[in-house]
Amino acid sequence: MLAFILRRVGQSVAVLVTVGLIAFAIFRFAGDPVNQIVSQDTPYEQRVEIRRDLGLDDPFVVQFARYMSRAVTGDFGISYGFRQPVSDLLKERMPATLELAFAATVFALTFGILMGVVSALRRGTALAALLQAVSLVGVSLPTFLIGILLIFLFSVTLGWLPSFGRGDTVRLGWWSTGFLTASGLRALVLPAITLGLFQMTLIMRLVRAEMLEVMRTDYIRFARARGIPTRAIHFSHALKNTLVPVITIAGLQLGAVIAFSIITETVFQWPGMGLLFVQAVQNVDIPIMAAYLMLVAAIFVLINLAVDILYTVVDPRLSLSGGQAT
Amino acid sequence: MTFRPALWVLAATAALAAAGPASAVTFRYAFQGDVKSLDPYTLKETFAIAAQGNAYEGLTTRDKNLKIVPLLAESWEVVEPTRWRFHLRHGVKFHDGSDFTADDVVFSANRVRAAGSDFASNLPKDAEVVKVDDHTVDFKLTTPNPILHYQFDNWYIMSKKWAEAHDALNPTPASATTPSYAALHENGTGPYVIESHQPGVKTVFKRAPNYWGKVESNLDEAVFTTIGNDSTRVAALLSGEVDWVDPVPLQDQSRVAASGNAVMMTGPELRTIFLGMDQTRDELLESNVKGKNPFKDVRVRQAFMLAIDENVIRTRVMRSQATPSALMIAPEMFDLAGDFKRPPADPDKAKKLLAEAGYPDGFEVGMDCPNDRYVNDGDICQAVVSMLARVGVTVKLNAQPKAKYFAKVLKAGGYSTSFYLLGWTPSTNDSHNVLFEIMGCRTDPKTSRGGMNLGGYCDPKLDALTDEVLVETDAAKRSKLIEAAYRIGIDDAGYIPLHQQALAWGVSKKVKLTQRPDNQLKLIWVSKQP
Repeated sequence: MLAFILRRVGQSVAVLVTVGLIAFAIFRFAGDPVNQIVSQDTPYEQRVEIRRDLGLDDPFVVQFARYMSRAVTGDFGISYGFRQPVSDLLKERMPATLELAFAATVFALTFGILMGVVSALRRGTALAALLQAVSLVGVSLPTFLIGILLIFLFSVTLGWLPSFGRGDTVRLGWWSTGFLTASGLRALVLPAITLGLFQMTLIMRLVRAEMLEVMRTDYIRFARARGIPTRAIHFSHALKNTLVPVITIAGLQLGAVIAFSIITETVFQWPGMGLLFVQAVQNVDIPIMAAYLMLVAAIFVLINLAVDILYTVVDPRLSLSGGQAT
Repeated sequence: MTFRPALWVLAATAALAAAGPASAVTFRYAFQGDVKSLDPYTLKETFAIAAQGNAYEGLTTRDKNLKIVPLLAESWEVVEPTRWRFHLRHGVKFHDGSDFTADDVVFSANRVRAAGSDFASNLPKDAEVVKVDDHTVDFKLTTPNPILHYQFDNWYIMSKKWAEAHDALNPTPASATTPSYAALHENGTGPYVIESHQPGVKTVFKRAPNYWGKVESNLDEAVFTTIGNDSTRVAALLSGEVDWVDPVPLQDQSRVAASGNAVMMTGPELRTIFLGMDQTRDELLESNVKGKNPFKDVRVRQAFMLAIDENVIRTRVMRSQATPSALMIAPEMFDLAGDFKRPPADPDKAKKLLAEAGYPDGFEVGMDCPNDRYVNDGDICQAVVSMLARVGVTVKLNAQPKAKYFAKVLKAGGYSTSFYLLGWTPSTNDSHNVLFEIMGCRTDPKTSRGGMNLGGYCDPKLDALTDEVLVETDAAKRSKLIEAAYRIGIDDAGYIPLHQQALAWGVSKKVKLTQRPDNQLKLIWVSKQP
């Protein structure tokens, strides 16, 4: 187990370095940061000086090495635009993204499993057909469109929910939470649905397929024969056995939810890390872009690691061959 | 199976929706960009200047018609052409309670010209600022400068003691390795204090309790939020969550106007959108004409001017939200602008001129254009491409985001463009800036003249007039000189001015406010129905 984890950690570091290298190689194509930090009146000589001070004239390998040597000490640099440490900016924005991702995942899991089970057990009914149709919308409509449709309906037409932002937040140490205020919870509803809809659909379809599969197996038939109540068969025997792939997908998707909350955050002006990143790209704020990409890579790596370990807990058979399997 | 969670969510939503309103008068407003730093010398960007200007004040300010009026300086006089005396207002306090004195002005004059400041050009770099007594300051100049105080409205005065106490003596440069205190905290003399500032998210203003002046606004509080997405910004206005948004995209303006709870305010903006042509290289970078540069021929430039129908651009591309320009400066900033008329488009004459210049079948040229900088900038360029196609000129358009565009066309990118679209607002609100930065020759490497003259248009006669404009103190004579300079620019067809784009403020009907053509929203002029 320890060797397995160590090997995974080693691979993770390699992934992070590679991501950083690729990121720095493409930053040079993002445009000129200097023009975004000065006004139209700034003379050329001063622009050249700023360029030099920022180290932008160096080859990208040098820039990368300098960045990495600082990053290992926890120094991710100062944002060009905000003149604040990037780590502070990310720390400020992280709770918003994580809370949104958490809410979206809870929404996706709850409704995904529920709808999956219902559409598997009530196969052929109008309800199942309806749920299938809803899931089709979920996979086929792009996130930004769903977001804008929800805003149009619930904010502009009905006026029930806010169209942007996080509402009022409460500070718990450095963490700012929107879970504890009414306006914070209201603000969470639409973005969480927008972000979680795709995952919900995915989980629903997965649960449905797995459930149909499991319901055909012998042990379910025997359980029926033994006279175990239907409810218990469905939920403690059948559903439990469908959950391994659901955990995998939900786990892997959590990384995607955090990373791809960019679009949802942009549509709802949700003050999270994704929004910070999008604004940084427009302004070629390299320290923010670099730190965000590294962070997202780290999140993916950690989640994959956690899912691997969780597997062995849920299904002990995997840990027996865990030494070899990758 | 039950749907209890769904019901619970619905019930909670309904309950939350019923939450009561706040009692104080709060104005909420949203702009597409951020207020990145509160340090008033960090970035010269209109919206940031306006936001900071609610908390900070300059020696002068501009009124609703952009006229210069006293603010922290009660009065001033030109003692001799190279010495100006400013009499400071008594009884003004900074928000931390300390007194505003001449020391703060001298300190701010040094800080604004220090390394890392983006506002260094607001004050001549060789001007000496001398304290005469606690409430009198002299500005000693090396050359006469009739527009010395034109940019004092955006040069905000900071407290010397405060800056010393918080290690904020200099503006923080972009390459800094330590965070800046002044970027997150404010200590001005203005009518509002900044209660909290989350960079890129939210800024909260509160009425300053002991402000020295009178304020016509009834706001107790103002909350600024960035909303980057166009649709969301419009939705926030229509749903009543914010009272002011900028900008409203052209295609949404009629929807806002028809909504019943908001109106559009679309006065002309000071920025002039124009086209420029490379007139320096012996061969264009992007063209099929080899061995010579067609733009060096004035007939080709005139042909381009005549081929482009600004009226079509205005009605089709800009949905009438633009004012065609005859000049490289907006009429609000030049008193004789009324004497200039934009010639109507004449494609036939354009063709004739091209033929005379030796291009009867036209030629090919590349064009650079930003697509996220000005209102419908990419579409304007598309229209230009098709209008030039009518006279036989094939334009290869390269429209890209501003970060890429500016990297290519500015001096740092070697002015790598043959034909481009740009917008310009003189930060002095005065013609000299346009004549010097945009229309001045860039042949002399010892000066920064023509720094933004990307095509290198050059006429020494115009430069000579520009130099006279700089030192002429008689206002009427000065205007005549400026007029003569613009005439030269028009005769040379050095540039093709297109239009001033319109402002695009969406404003709630509950709010009364003043729109200034420089696009600055000032909270002191905002009132809201309680």
